Amino acid sequence: MTVPAGSETLAHHGEHMASAFDATAQSQLPMLVLIPLLVGLALVPALGLLRRRLAYPTTLISLLAFLYYSLRTLFAVMAHGELEYSLAAWKPPIGIELSVDMLSAFMVSVIAVIAVLVAIYASVAVRREDPEKEVPYFATMLVMLLGLTGMVLTGDLFNLYVFFEVSALGGYALMAIGHKKAPVAAFRYLIMGTLGASLYLMGVGYLYVVTGSLNMDDVAAIIMHQSSNPAVQVSLILMVIGLGLKMALFPMHLWLPDAYTYASSTSTAIIAPIMTKVSAYVLIRMLFFVYDTETFLRGTPVGAVIMWLAMGGVIVGSIMAIAQKDAKRMLAYSSVAQVAYIGVGIGLGTPLALVGAMLHILNHAIMKSCLFLVTGSVALQTGATQIKDYAGLGRKMPWTFLGFTLAALGMVGIPPTNGFFSKWYLVLGGIREGEWVLVVLILASSLLTAVYFFRVIERIYAKVPEQATNDASLPKTAEAPLRMALPVLILGAGVLVLGLFNAWLVSAVIARALPAGMHVPGL
Amino acid sequence: MDPAQTFESTRPLWAVLVSLLAIPLIVASDRRPNLRETWTLLAAFIKFALVASMLPWVLQGREAVCSIWQISPGIQLALRVDTMGYIFALVASSLWVLTSLYSIGYVRGTNEHKQTRYFASFAMCLSATIGIAFAANLLTFVIFFEILTLATYPLVMHKETPVAMAAGHKYLSYTLPAGLCLVLATAWCVSTVGNVDFIPGGFLTSGVASAATLRWMFLLFILGVGVKAGIMPLHSWLPAAMAAPTPVSALLHAVAVVKAGVFGVLRVTGFVFGPDLLREIGLWTVLAWAAGITFTVASLLAMRQDNLKRRLAYSTVGHLSYIVLGAALFTMTSWTGSLLHLMFHATMKITLFFCAGAIYVRTHKENISDMHGIGRQMPFTMAAFAVGSLGLAGVPGINGFISKWHLAQGSLQADQGVFLGLLLLSGLLNAAYFFPIVYVAFFRTNKEYPAYGEASPLMVVPLSVTAIMSLVLGVAPNLGAHAWDLARAAAAAVMGGSP
Repeated sequence: MTVPAGSETLAHHGEHMASAFDATAQSQLPMLVLIPLLVGLALVPALGLLRRRLAYPTTLISLLAFLYYSLRTLFAVMAHGELEYSLAAWKPPIGIELSVDMLSAFMVSVIAVIAVLVAIYASVAVRREDPEKEVPYFATMLVMLLGLTGMVLTGDLFNLYVFFEVSALGGYALMAIGHKKAPVAAFRYLIMGTLGASLYLMGVGYLYVVTGSLNMDDVAAIIMHQSSNPAVQVSLILMVIGLGLKMALFPMHLWLPDAYTYASSTSTAIIAPIMTKVSAYVLIRMLFFVYDTETFLRGTPVGAVIMWLAMGGVIVGSIMAIAQKDAKRMLAYSSVAQVAYIGVGIGLGTPLALVGAMLHILNHAIMKSCLFLVTGSVALQTGATQIKDYAGLGRKMPWTFLGFTLAALGMVGIPPTNGFFSKWYLVLGGIREGEWVLVVLILASSLLTAVYFFRVIERIYAKVPEQATNDASLPKTAEAPLRMALPVLILGAGVLVLGLFNAWLVSAVIARALPAGMHVPGL
Repeated sequence: MDPAQTFESTRPLWAVLVSLLAIPLIVASDRRPNLRETWTLLAAFIKFALVASMLPWVLQGREAVCSIWQISPGIQLALRVDTMGYIFALVASSLWVLTSLYSIGYVRGTNEHKQTRYFASFAMCLSATIGIAFAANLLTFVIFFEILTLATYPLVMHKETPVAMAAGHKYLSYTLPAGLCLVLATAWCVSTVGNVDFIPGGFLTSGVASAATLRWMFLLFILGVGVKAGIMPLHSWLPAAMAAPTPVSALLHAVAVVKAGVFGVLRVTGFVFGPDLLREIGLWTVLAWAAGITFTVASLLAMRQDNLKRRLAYSTVGHLSYIVLGAALFTMTSWTGSLLHLMFHATMKITLFFCAGAIYVRTHKENISDMHGIGRQMPFTMAAFAVGSLGLAGVPGINGFISKWHLAQGSLQADQGVFLGLLLLSGLLNAAYFFPIVYVAFFRTNKEYPAYGEASPLMVVPLSVTAIMSLVLGVAPNLGAHAWDLARAAAAAVMGGSP
């Protein structure tokens, strides 16, 4: 892959950090990230068969190891630059290569943080939703995480497809756990997801025909000068459509609302924040690291089409969210809109816009997992699923709804929350390119977001007529147990912390995750 | 004036944070009202003491700066105590002390629900207000400005009646879009010039962009801050927001929130664009006329209100535009007048709102037509009310006269005699809508009244103090806080003259 931006800083850091990392251990890091998931995947069903209660501790231990190695990888990349690991010592381009640059290290850390927090929450929630599903839940969660992590780490186009399918298998199964309509919704997603993955695979096929290689760096180097080759162009279009389907890019988002609504909250809380984001990651990987950005994104209408479709998705998703009565369905449509902001950044494709997109991958993951976890807590504690039944719950579940409120304000984009800053960079990028319509739409869409979130916030905290029924039927306090409330609060605090320290994150990680040659003004 | 001496200090940061830190304590003391109110009072006193302790620095022309950390590449989250910011911080923090005392009397007198939320939101608002006052650059300003928007919302809808909820919605539907205009204008500035630190006299120059671009930018800025400043036609959230409890109307809708809007206008005109550039792109006349029309129409509308608080709200809309007018005229005297009015209007209008609240707590009457003879039963309250209304009408001897005098002189110096005419007309209109209230209160009687008597000392003392402040500042504007010197120095910084 490309040389990370700012290699002189890396060298500088390298002198200080070299002693901290054993050189051999470090070259194994990409694999060490995957191993805890593989081991966990083997152990969870086995131990779970023995004693159902062993499933959670086993999962948690493997996820903590996963988190540990993910963060170590991130720091190693920050200190030394890109890490590479050849599977079975077959050198690329023949062998499969795990290749971790700043972008993938960042992405895998996002996955790990969300996974750990959701697993802690799930330890109580899944047991209460349906104890029978405990072992399958944790096992399929690990399958999905393994797939997603593999997609992020691999440097091989076909291997990515394999992990794509692994993650999808886990995802379908997870989604099918839940409401009785969940299997139907999951089946619909299966059809759409398979279609998306197949389109991606066809794109890989075209590239293979042209280049004879599947290694991303190798392919990138070969197609650099083949911009007029129709096969390369077709492969790009196939990939964009396939990945667009997977990330629910408008107008290919129709599978998403049902899937998120009917799945159990614990499933949605792990799927919604990271599944579509990893597809967005792959799209960034393809458009900015494999295909030549200047010729393909700028030279063709591909960038503009992605940008405007995504902007349409923001508007349509937000309006649909306003129309919903069911809390989870509202959040599902909100996901369509929010993931579309990432699409806007990718389509615009300038350094600032990409910073906005990447920052929003993290920010939205934090906010949306928090919000879905809250819907789960509310459903378990009070049975409420409709927004109108949330009336007055702010007093009964104060900590849970503190997290909810912070995340909701982040979604609206009130400074200094993290959501404000993702939009801030998108807007700066748009202004720099003179895309005034886009800039105005990005800002105006936050008003739509405000409409559907303030409606809920108001209901939670203010006195409304329906509250009388709630008051009678519920005890004075209905706060979720610690292991459910704490992840919500941590995520809620993350909304503020990531907002206040966004500049640090951008300069230390995200700006260095940009493709070579892209620089953020001001850094 | 020489460039101000700057030095590092964390004191401005503490002045911002102290009320924020009080919030967890306030919330934790939910079930022990006395302890909870202790935290509020403690925070208010410490905040005021911190702000007051910075007065010598400001008078010496030394500016404390505090860079917290980078908030966007190349832009610091930073505070800076310049004279103009200090004026606003001083007004807000000193009046918060009085409002806190008054609030306690009020919410206990009316037995308000959810008092914890009320005091916590109040503390949040004050942190945001001081942050706005001391913000050293545009982005920091925007962040605190938006926090203020949000923190005020629970207070506007506090009563949770349908009217209050509707007022809350109206408030958000005005202030959120305005915030977006402000964000857009700020982002545009950042894209154009990179460094958005406030500089007296403006950091934009005609060289950085075309005149058309700069005009659009100015328009966006004014839309952004103009909603809180109540410039017509962006004002109508303010009368609606009178659904809030009276201390909220008193401190936020006469001092902190609306003055944050006006302060924003001053920052934008004086520290972003500056007099030279605004004369060059020719938009100051638009702003001046908007202000002139606003205070004339607002005075006319005020006359039609029977609800006392709504009448006061329209009066506030009018008086805010006096300040905007002074800023737009861009003379040394008019700016001095604006800054004086920023301080003096606060003491007078807060007195009037305090009085309205005291009457409401004792009698549950909100309409002026029901207040015949109330002056005989609540003599201190209505005497204070008389002081405030005379001052706002511009009667000499009360501080309102001094600020208006500067504004009037400023319009002559700017060769804009027409605004002098409008100011005089508005003075008459002020008299026309205020004097009848005082008249019926003292010279009419209502036989159906039971004996009401004064409200609790927690309410009467603050309102007497603000009335006395208005009187004292009316004869000795430089007493105590050196209000007049401060206003001159801040105006001189912007206009580039010597104070």
